[in-house]
Formats: sequence, C-alpha cells, structure tokens
Amino acid sequence: MQQLVAELLQGKKRAAARLISLVENDEPQKRELLKEIYPYTGKAYIVGITGAPGSGKSSLTDRLLQKMRSNGLTVGVIAVDPSSPFSGGAILGDRIRMQDHALDENVFIRSMGTRGSLGGLSRTTREAIQVLDAFGKDIVIVETVGVGQSEVDIVRTADTTLVMLTPAGGDSVQTLKAGIMEIADIFVINKADLPGAEKTETEIKAMLDMKNSNKWRPPVVTTVATINEGIDNLWEALQQHRSYLEESGRLMEIRRQRVRRELTEQVEYLVKNKIWSQVKDTIELNDMVEKILSRRLDPYSAASELLEKIDFYD
Amino acid sequence: MDIIKAEKVRKNKESWEDEISGLPERSEPFDTVSGMPVQALCTPLDLKGFDYEEDLGFPGSYPYTRGIQANMYRGRIWTMRQFSGFGDAYDSNRRYCYLLEQGQTGLSVAFDLPTIMGYDSDHERSLGEVGRCGVAIDSLEDMEILFDQIPVDKVTTSMTINGPAAILWCMYLANAEKQGISLDRVGGTVQNDILKEYIAQKSWIFPPEPSMRLITDIFSFAADHVPQWNTISISGYHIREAGSTAAQELAFTLADGFAYVEAGIKAGLDVDNFAPRLSFFFNAHIDFFEEICKYRAARRIWARRMKELYGAKDPRSLKMRFHTQTAGCSLTAREPENNIVRTAIEALSAVLGGTQSLHTNSMDEVLALPTERAVKIALRTQQVIAYESGVANTIDPLGGSYFIETLTNRLESEAEEYFRRIDELGGIMAAIDCGFFQQEIADAAYAYQRAIDAGERIVVGVNRHHSDEPVQIDLLKINPAVESDQVRRLKLLKEKRDNTAVSRCLEELRHSAAGSDNLIPIILKAVKVYATEGEIVAVLKEVFGEYREKPLF
Amino acid sequence: MPGRKVRVLVAKPGLDGHDRGARVVARALRDAGMEVIYTGLHQTPEQIAETALQEDVDVIGLSILSGAHMTLTPRIKGLLQEKGLGDIALVVGGIIPEDDAAELLKGGFADQVFTPGDSLDKITGCINGIISSHRKS
Repeated sequence: MQQLVAELLQGKKRAAARLISLVENDEPQKRELLKEIYPYTGKAYIVGITGAPGSGKSSLTDRLLQKMRSNGLTVGVIAVDPSSPFSGGAILGDRIRMQDHALDENVFIRSMGTRGSLGGLSRTTREAIQVLDAFGKDIVIVETVGVGQSEVDIVRTADTTLVMLTPAGGDSVQTLKAGIMEIADIFVINKADLPGAEKTETEIKAMLDMKNSNKWRPPVVTTVATINEGIDNLWEALQQHRSYLEESGRLMEIRRQRVRRELTEQVEYLVKNKIWSQVKDTIELNDMVEKILSRRLDPYSAASELLEKIDFYD
Repeated sequence: MDIIKAEKVRKNKESWEDEISGLPERSEPFDTVSGMPVQALCTPLDLKGFDYEEDLGFPGSYPYTRGIQANMYRGRIWTMRQFSGFGDAYDSNRRYCYLLEQGQTGLSVAFDLPTIMGYDSDHERSLGEVGRCGVAIDSLEDMEILFDQIPVDKVTTSMTINGPAAILWCMYLANAEKQGISLDRVGGTVQNDILKEYIAQKSWIFPPEPSMRLITDIFSFAADHVPQWNTISISGYHIREAGSTAAQELAFTLADGFAYVEAGIKAGLDVDNFAPRLSFFFNAHIDFFEEICKYRAARRIWARRMKELYGAKDPRSLKMRFHTQTAGCSLTAREPENNIVRTAIEALSAVLGGTQSLHTNSMDEVLALPTERAVKIALRTQQVIAYESGVANTIDPLGGSYFIETLTNRLESEAEEYFRRIDELGGIMAAIDCGFFQQEIADAAYAYQRAIDAGERIVVGVNRHHSDEPVQIDLLKINPAVESDQVRRLKLLKEKRDNTAVSRCLEELRHSAAGSDNLIPIILKAVKVYATEGEIVAVLKEVFGEYREKPLF
Repeated sequence: MPGRKVRVLVAKPGLDGHDRGARVVARALRDAGMEVIYTGLHQTPEQIAETALQEDVDVIGLSILSGAHMTLTPRIKGLLQEKGLGDIALVVGGIIPEDDAAELLKGGFADQVFTPGDSLDKITGCINGIISSHRKS
C-alpha cells in the first residue's frame, strides 16, 4: 500500500483509482492510507454541485470542466448517483455527458454510488475527495443528486456550493426544499431556454432579499449547459466567490470547521467501534433489553451500566 | 343489436362465464406480447355503440380503418421490399439485382454505420465498421455503382437514412439525373425521421432544431421537384425494437408524425402540400392479432387527427401509407430455422393489417446479415402469402370481428392516453428532452426480458422446447478487404475530382447552413462534384453542432 | 450496505447505436447489487480503457451489434493490457456468430461471449463467477 501512496503522489492514475476503491470499500488498510495522504491534502479547491434529478448536473459539470481546463487547471470529478435501496446496486451514468474529457490526462473522473448512506454524500465520498486532493488536482468537483440530507452534506464538504434548478414552469420556488436557500453559494438556473426561467430567477432573488444579508449574496446565474450558454458567467461567479472566501478569511474558517468536524467524527467513530466491539449481542444485553421492556430497568441507567464496563484503553 | 337481443346475449354470456370458471386453464398468461391482457371471448356486448360508417368506413374512405385504397390488394399486391445492403456498392448492387430477379418489387437500402453516422470509410471512427451492417456509400460514385443496371424510374427505392438523409437523397437524385431520368419521375422514400433517433435508434448527428430544418428542406424541395418521393418514413419499427409495447409503438410513432406536421406548418408549408408524402414504418411483432389491430387503429387515428386537428383537406393527407418490417427482436439465435415460421406469421399480420409494402426478415439475421439463401426464403414467404394463401383476395377480412374491433378500439384509447401524457409534459420535444419515451421503452424492455428469463413469456427453442444443438447454418461473411478497397477508391476519387469545385461548394454550403436557405440545391451541387458524405457532414457539424446523448437511465 | 461492491463497466464501442441490450443488462446487474458504470454510445476503445482505469472496475462488458466485434474487442483488450489492466475480465455480448465467439475466446480477447437468447441470470451469474474466482486468487 505504501507503493500505492507513492504512486498516487507521483500522479499515477491507477493508484488514485485503486485508492479510491480501497476507501470506498472500507478496507482494513484504509485508516493507515488516510493517515499517510493527509499531509498532502488541503490544497484542492472543492466545488459542490447539487440539484434535483434532471436539472442537468452532469452537463453543467462537463462544461465547467472545459472551462477549468481552458484556464489550465487540473480537475478531479466525483459524480455521485443514488444506490438502489433494495439491491444496493446502482447505475452510474454521469460519465455519459463527460466522456469528452475521458482522455484528458489532467482530468480524473470517478463515479460513486451513495451505497446506503442516508444523504447524498457519504463519509467515503469525502475520503475519496481527499485522495484526489492528495493526487494533486487543483479543483475537485463533487456532483450529487439533491435528495435526503445530501444538501447539508455537500455544504460541509465543498468550498463553493452550486445549487441547480430548472425553470419551474408551473411550480414555484416555494416548492424547493427548505434549507436549499441557505446552502447555495451560487444558484444556477439551467435549461434557461425553457419557459419560466425569468420567473424562477425573480423568485429566488426575492427570497434572497427577504433573508438577512450575509456578507455574500448568492448570485443567480442562468445557463443552457447543452449549448454552453451562461458558462462564462458561472465561471465568473465561481471565481468571485472563491476570491471573497479567500480575501475575507472565510475559507480558512470553513476549513477549520471542516477539520473540527472530521476530528469529532473520527473520535466518535473510534468510540462507537470500541463500545460495540465489546458489547456484543450477549445474553447479558438481551437480558437488559427484557428488563427495560418490562420496566424493571430504564434505558438510561442501563446505558450507564454498560458504559462502566467498557475498556477504552486496551 | 336491439335491447332485447342484447339482454339475451348478456344472460348467455354469464352462463358461459360460469361454465368456464369451472374448467381448468393453461398456466401460460393470457396476454399479448406487450403485456396487454386478452379476453377469452369478445361478443357484440363489447362493441356497444359501434358504428360501421363512423368507426370503419369503406376501404379508401375516411377514416380508412379498413384500408387506404378502395380495392387494396385486389388492385395491386403490396410491394415486396427487402431491406438490404452490405460490403461495398458492388456487393450490394449484385444483391439488389438478385432480389429483383427473384421477384422483389421495390428496393430498400441498408447503409453501413459509418455512412449512417456521417463518416467516410477512411475516418478513424470507421475502423472495423465499413460495410459491416450495410453498404458503404461515401460519394456519388458509390451511388452510381449501387444502382448500376437498375433504372430508377422503373423501381422505387427506400433508403434507411436519417441524420445525413439529405445528402444520400441528393446522391440518389444526382444518379437518377445521370441515368437520364428527370426528378419528377423518381419515386422512393428516405426515412429521414430524426425524432425516433433521439428516442430509439440513436443514429443521430445534429441537434433537433437543425435536423428539423433539414427535414423540412426535404419536404419543400420534394414538393416542388420530386413529387413522387416520400419525404419521410415516420418510424415505429425501431421504437418497438428498442423494447416498447405495441401501444407505445403506435402512440409514439403517431406523436412523432404530428410533430412533423406541426414543423411543416410552422415552416410555412400548407399541410396538404407536404402531408400526402408523409409515410410510416411499423414493426410486425409476433402477437398476431395485436399487430393487425395496431395498424387499423393507426390509420383511424391519423385520419381523424389530420382532418380535425390539422385541417387537412386532401384525402391523400389523411391516408396513412406504411411499410412494415417483421420484428427483428422476435427472432432467436437458437434454432434459427424457427425464425422462418415467426417471420411468416408476422408477415401475415402485416398483410391482414393492410400494409403498403413489406420486408420479411431472414432467419439468420440474429447472427449476421442475410445469406442469399435465407433472404430468398424470406421473399418466398411473402410470395406464398400473396399468391397461395388467398388472404389477398378480399379486403380487411378481419373487420367486424368482435375481437378485432374491440382490440382496435383498445389500442386506440391507449394511444390517446399517451397523447394526453405527452401534451401534459409540454409536447413531444419536451417529452423527448425529459426522457419520457426512453424511460417507457426501457421499462418495457426490462419487464419483457425478466418475463422471458422467468419463463413467463415463452420463446420456443429458447426457454421452452429447446434442443441445445449447435447452430448449423451458413452465415454471410463480410469480405475483410472491403474496408481497404473502399479506402483506396476514396483516395483515388479525391485525386480525380475537381477539388476546387468541391471546396467552393463546401464553402457555399457553410454559408447557406448558417442562414435559412433551403440546403438541398447546394448539397445537390456538392455531391455532383463528388464531395464526399463525410466532407459535407463535417461542414454541417461545424455550423449545427452535434447532438449529445442524454444521461438518462 | 457499505462494503465491497462489484463494479462493472458496460460499454458501447464503435458507431453502433443499439443500446437496448446494454441498458437491460445494466439494470439487471444493478438489481443484482452491482455498481454499473454506463458511459453511453459511440465510445472509442481509448475511452473505454481509460474509463476502466479510472473507475477501477472488476469487469468490462462490451455490447456490439454492428458486426465490428473482431476489430473492436482485440483493440480494447490490447489497450487494457498496455495500461496494466489486462487482468480485468472482459466479456462481450451482441450479434456474434459462433465461430467468431470461439476465436475471441481462444485468442484471449474475451473471457466470455454472450449472444441474444442468453438470460440475464446467466450473464449476472457469469459475472459473479468471475468475481469470486478473482477474489480467491
């Protein structure tokens, strides 16, 4: 595995691919690996793209890729699609719109399924981003379906979050899920050649007016990704947000919070593992459950009791 | 039927239903290959309100349910038109002459994938594909070879070509002129149906808008100069092959048809000016009655909508003319001889459904392109039906059957339901854009395959009554030298021709494509100086862009 | 549900636009719990090999109904070998006559050839079989 890490840092794509798999599959060497590559992370700028199915995320990602490449940036893309809750499998089709970049040495695209994580972005997705970061990509785009908790996940992962919509036609922006207004750094109205684009734009701006002004007011950019329209404006907006974050010190703050969260998560993960590896489905546990059921014991005291028996330091 | 008689029938039906409820039934599901449940029996009760004049009419009269010609096959047997093409133009020319000798009455050209996708045989993307599933046509020179000894005023030709249809059509017309035949005497069809490409066949080149422009350019040029030409073959065949049900094939094809009518009207053409030359192309799948009813419903729906919605007045605008091909997707690789039987049944349904022309598949088509022997059997199948079976002696013989009329009505109402859903989505382009058709088709295809795997749907020789013997028939092999020969000839052509004239034409084309002129005249000029298909397509791609596949699943 | 998943690349090489089979197989593999990377129509051999690399797939399935399989399959196999991916199982489905299939298998260009009439269960089973034998070694 040391070999793989060395190759990753040398820029070998096969290593990157294998390491992402390792991370995704939760293999035993994973923690070691993440420890090894961590010093090399923190350089990539992370762009998150979320939106309802059908809003054209992969088309937009494709165009952004073009734009970034023409500006001499190297890019990693992680395209997340929902896994089937029944079979656990997934059809990952985002590459269909990105295959023009398949042969670009400076682009690395990886498709991932949500694999049962409740949100659109799992821990493993974030770890995969770290691999691409260490791999040396200037920008990592994470593109995911807006479903479940994924919007929240993405804002915690990305430096700039794009929320994509399509002209609502009959529906109005009110039908958007609560929380979406808060997480967007940039709103993108794609398929803006469809009727209702202006209305949607006006509504979003109205909603933004009503909120108390943060320092950054998310711009609303209209695009027609399929014909490359509006992409320059989007790029402009992205640059502006990045500059704002960097100049105001917000970027540091975001990353600080991210790191804090990572630390907390890792601690909790270790603790959880520690506890449950020792508390097995024993007779004792079942016994407790029966006692609680019949109200001879309560779950709160039971938990404390269990915890006393855990050895955290073996 | 009067009320008293109807009541008697109803009572008797109930006792019959009682009787059969006590009888054992076969375990196979009683539904069509599309999954539509089939009634054990239809009676007059199923056709309440049925009106002969309103619902059927006479053949050759509105709403044309019984057929579009007054005397149908008593006047003329359907055209026997076998889809054919492989290797280079010499190979295919030989096959066409053979088929004509064997009694085929119309020609149908299958082009290879590079030609279909707008690449010349020497393009890097054409590697390994030249002449493999159709004939390689790079220039007018190839077209001339293809029709050598074949007078195109005496036989009509259908060309299955969509994205670059305008170019191949111009090559055909240029060749006709070279044969000394004026364009007003030239007849045939170009498939030219780009909407179903986006939905099913997926051999697209340009995005929808410029594609529609090319299509209406063809409509318009033909109306003025090539009046006998069918400018479009609005196709359901491929939609069905992609896995749709019969109702979906019916609905989506007609919906495409209406979209073209609307495009023509929007382009400023008078509907009666171009509608008479619209034609259709359906599949003939294995469920015998479902197919017959599908064709009848199609004619009725088309006639009614053209008259009531689009205000067409010329009866020729209301008559749906169609070609049929028996279903490739119903054939099996195992026990290929069984395919002869399948094709015969399917061909019969097309005939009983009143098709104007027919292609019968060869038994080996699941394995390769047809051998001479196999295609001859396929042709003979049509000839046996036409001349021995007697079905062509009377018109719409199944008309009036309780079952047939009930099923025809049923298919029509399912189609209407689809039209409603398409309207709700905002019309056909919006429906294509959001993947509605593609999703319906993919779902139907998956359900069908699952049913076969589970043994619920029977395919003889595959999941029932199979012998597991190895396949033992001769297969057509494409001469591997075809590709290198073609590339060599192309090189020679480019040296021989007047390259200045070619450049000039291509420049003019680029200019016109960016404007709104009808592009047919300039394409015609370009092909006449032996500009290649690939060169013309490349110019158009620059101006129009390329269509990119939607990431839909 | 986290943990190891089988990743399959379902690819349409060349100019062939018939994707009914590829899409039906992709669905079946998904329903069998696999992750299917589907890259769409008109893929070049180079795109396919590169995708297999980046996506770290366990199996590559080619769907070819255009008759160009004897050119495309060896070419793709060759590119995979160049990239050090020669070990990834390569299966091919489509319109492939028996003697061509035999040649592809004998020449080591494909690990399995499927034809119309092969059930989804057979295809899924075969891929699962390939995976388990790889994991054992």
